[in-house]
Amino acid sequence: MYEVISNELIAPGIHRIEVRAPRIAAARLPGQFVIVRRGEGDERIPLTIADADTQAGTITLIIQAIGEGTEKLAAIEPGGGIRDVAGPLGMPTGIEKVGKVVCVGGGVGTAVLFPLAKALADAGNHVTAIIGARSEEFAMLRDELAEFCDEVIVTTEDGSLGIKGFVTAALGEIIEDPARRPEAIYAVGPVPMMAAIAEQTRPSGIHTIVSLNPIMVDGTGMCGGCRVTVGGEIKFACVDGPEFDGHLVDFRELATRQQAYCDDQHCRLADATAQTGPEDDA
Amino acid sequence: MSDQELTPKERMAIERTSMPEQDPARRATNFEEVNFGLDEESAVREAKRCLMCKTRQCVDGCPVALRIPEFLEAVANRDFNTAAEILRVDNALPATTGRVCPQEVQCEEVCVRGKKGDPVAIGWLERFVADWAAENLPNPAPPDKKTAFSVAIVGSGPSGLTAAGELARMGHSVTVFEALHDSGGVLRYGIPEFRLPKRIVDAEVACLESLGVKFEFNVIVGKTITVSQITDEFDACFIGNGAGLPMFLNVPGENLKGVYSSNEYLTRVNLMGAYKPDSPTPIATGNTAVVFGGGNTAMDSVRTAKRLGSKRAVIAYRRSRAEMPARNEEIHHAEEEGIEFMLLVSPLEIFGGDDGWVKSVRLQKMELGEPDASGRRRPVPIAGSEFVLEADILVVAIGTRANPLLTAACPELKLNKWGNIETDENQMTSIPGVFAGGDIVRGGATVILAMGDGKRAAGAIDQYLRTK
Ligand SMILES: Cc1cc2nc3c(=O)[nH]c(=O)nc-3n(C[C@H](O)[C@H](O)[C@H](O)COP(=O)(O)OP(=O)(O)OC[C@H]3O[C@@H](n4cnc5c(N)ncnc54)[C@H](O)[C@@H]3O)c2cc1C
Ligand SMILES: Cc1cc2nc3c(=O)[nH]c(=O)nc-3n(C[C@H](O)[C@H](O)[C@H](O)COP(=O)(O)OP(=O)(O)OC[C@H]3O[C@@H](n4cnc5c(N)ncnc54)[C@H](O)[C@@H]3O)c2cc1C
Ligand code: SF4
Ligand code: SF4
Ligand code: FES
Repeated sequence: MYEVISNELIAPGIHRIEVRAPRIAAARLPGQFVIVRRGEGDERIPLTIADADTQAGTITLIIQAIGEGTEKLAAIEPGGGIRDVAGPLGMPTGIEKVGKVVCVGGGVGTAVLFPLAKALADAGNHVTAIIGARSEEFAMLRDELAEFCDEVIVTTEDGSLGIKGFVTAALGEIIEDPARRPEAIYAVGPVPMMAAIAEQTRPSGIHTIVSLNPIMVDGTGMCGGCRVTVGGEIKFACVDGPEFDGHLVDFRELATRQQAYCDDQHCRLADATAQTGPEDDA
Repeated sequence: MSDQELTPKERMAIERTSMPEQDPARRATNFEEVNFGLDEESAVREAKRCLMCKTRQCVDGCPVALRIPEFLEAVANRDFNTAAEILRVDNALPATTGRVCPQEVQCEEVCVRGKKGDPVAIGWLERFVADWAAENLPNPAPPDKKTAFSVAIVGSGPSGLTAAGELARMGHSVTVFEALHDSGGVLRYGIPEFRLPKRIVDAEVACLESLGVKFEFNVIVGKTITVSQITDEFDACFIGNGAGLPMFLNVPGENLKGVYSSNEYLTRVNLMGAYKPDSPTPIATGNTAVVFGGGNTAMDSVRTAKRLGSKRAVIAYRRSRAEMPARNEEIHHAEEEGIEFMLLVSPLEIFGGDDGWVKSVRLQKMELGEPDASGRRRPVPIAGSEFVLEADILVVAIGTRANPLLTAACPELKLNKWGNIETDENQMTSIPGVFAGGDIVRGGATVILAMGDGKRAAGAIDQYLRTK
């Protein structure tokens, strides 16, 4: 059992929880994730390690409750436990001092972005964070990001905070301004957002790194369920990623594979009763 | 039948027993075990078929050299205690090997009785005694004398479990590090419930726990901790992390929805329980399932697809029936369950619909040419023979390779060109005190070979520790 130390609501439906996992806290690097299982019989759910405290032996997870698995996790009270926490998984981000970087987070992607932005700032980069949210209350982590970022820009769809519109508008202004043009862009969020940013930066060739979140099972390279096409090659996001060169990713394929289990589209038997078997003839 | 000594002639007169099993039509809709197991009378009668040969060819046929004649004699005498004791010493997971060993190419292939007629059903008897022992004997107690040595085991597949058990019996403190949330390796996530019920794996693990073996799950060696951290903390280490990296076909369309590696397909169903109606883990189902491959993994996948409701469940294999590496019993059971065998075909391209789901696959017919490196005749494409087969589910079961997760984080470990760990005849790797065995050393092999490695390594580790 991995003890949950705290659980705090940081935006509607978005929880920040701290979990005791000393080995993972000691080993993790920015960009890595864990796979957690709430209890016996539950799903394995990949979650980015948003932060870690080696001294206390804890890791921080930021969870958006969007389905059965994440809702169960978000509901754990402090003092409660998670049965399984496995990690750190994935390749750590290659953190270098490159000069100016822009980190773009959309929705809960901001949580994934947070440790990257922090590590990039620690490495001496000039970091601009752009966070995109539906409205003010969803614009999470902006104070935390402001602690180490040189600039934090917020865009909201309804204009309730910062710039009204999408992150691409704010990013466009930066990349078109020769004085602000970054050496690298990190984009994490919904697939359409990452795809749009990759298209936006393609003409200028600015190095654009995205963090992919395909459906995963084991997270150790064993199942191949997380495969994505990058530069025409099959990669396993859990071991080769989750970060890839955005200009090489097949986002259409990723988007359709992510939907495989939505709305029961995976139940493709013509005769739905076939699965229940014949009458008991005992 | 009398319990007195039988003459060879009387022994020869006994016919091989048959295995009681679930009716094929019925079992193709459930995940319960296919074979029910022998009853006591049939087991004793079957054991009496053994001629107690001086040459002991059967023993040579078994990779762990189980003392088969002594074992069978004990069963014939209804002395199940002695039979169980022989199994305990020679074979760490008899309830498993009795069910999944490819007996027809091992112990039973060379059994003298097979020369004229049917070999003694050694595997079934092994299973019978192991199941009897699980029901009637207490779990083993930890050894009285403990040594001061500690050993780490990486991976809880058959090789790791065997090494753990042997080392614990020798009095060493044993900790097993397992990447997944549960034990057993392929026994848990690969081989389906209908062939190897998970209670068998649970029982084997419970025995190890009562011997004092500690299990730590969710520890991915190479990620959570490294091999060098292990060697700092423990006196020796055994690596049995298997060969779990799935191979794909490398044909267009392989990333369509509904195309699975057998590892993913079976893991969802077995480890995550996707076959149970209340499981949160989904699995795609469809009217026609096509599985590529001809080994045990392919048979397990296609029979699983049938059980999940596919009306048509097809094995598509590029060689002929004779080259199929699967156990005979599985092929036979699959046929009984209505699995279709499409032989000498190879996939060229997978097609999908606008919805991104697989719809069909284009196959090419093959013929057998010259033998290849494996000694099997190489399949050669027949020009102009392409055809399209409709499919809603495709499972790729063409083999696995070594997973580099652990070895990439341990560059000192010497590997061969396929990424498998190199060992000496004592299973020791290029790092002193670090041993390895099972699929990570051999490439995809068998349960009993993995166990044999675990056992040999345990002996060598004990030696190593005592002379350290
Ligand atoms: C490497 C990685 C890191 C991640 N980090 C975080 C994180 O830090 N915080 C966080 O809240 N989430 C993160 N996710 C996404 C998270 O794993 C999924 O939201 C979760 O698995 C959904 O499980 P569920 O049972 O709650 O929802 P389900 O009932 O399974 O699904 C609900 C909805 O979410 C969609 N969905 C399911 N799995 C995924 C997925 N992997 N990616 C995108 N959509 C999905 C489904 O299609 C469905 O529409 C990460 C995913 C990956 C692969
Ligand atoms: C579907 C299927 C059916 C089969 N049927 C048969 C059969 O009928 N008869 C037969 O004899 N053989 C069969 N085999 C082959 C047999 O199962 C394997 O040869 C055997 O399991 C190998 O044992 P192992 O101990 O080497 O590894 P595995 O059983 O592969 O176990 C390795 C374990 O190590 C863990 N691990 C991996 N990496 C790490 C890491 N970095 N850190 C910690 N833990 C790690 C894995 O999670 C796993 O639990 C089958 C294989 C499959 C896939
Ligand atoms: S372990 Fe396998 S090969 Fe050996 S006797 Fe038992 S069934 Fe036969
Ligand atoms: S070869 Fe067959 S008959 Fe002879 S001892 Fe072995 S099992 Fe018995
Ligand atoms: S999640 Fe299974 S290989 Fe990546």
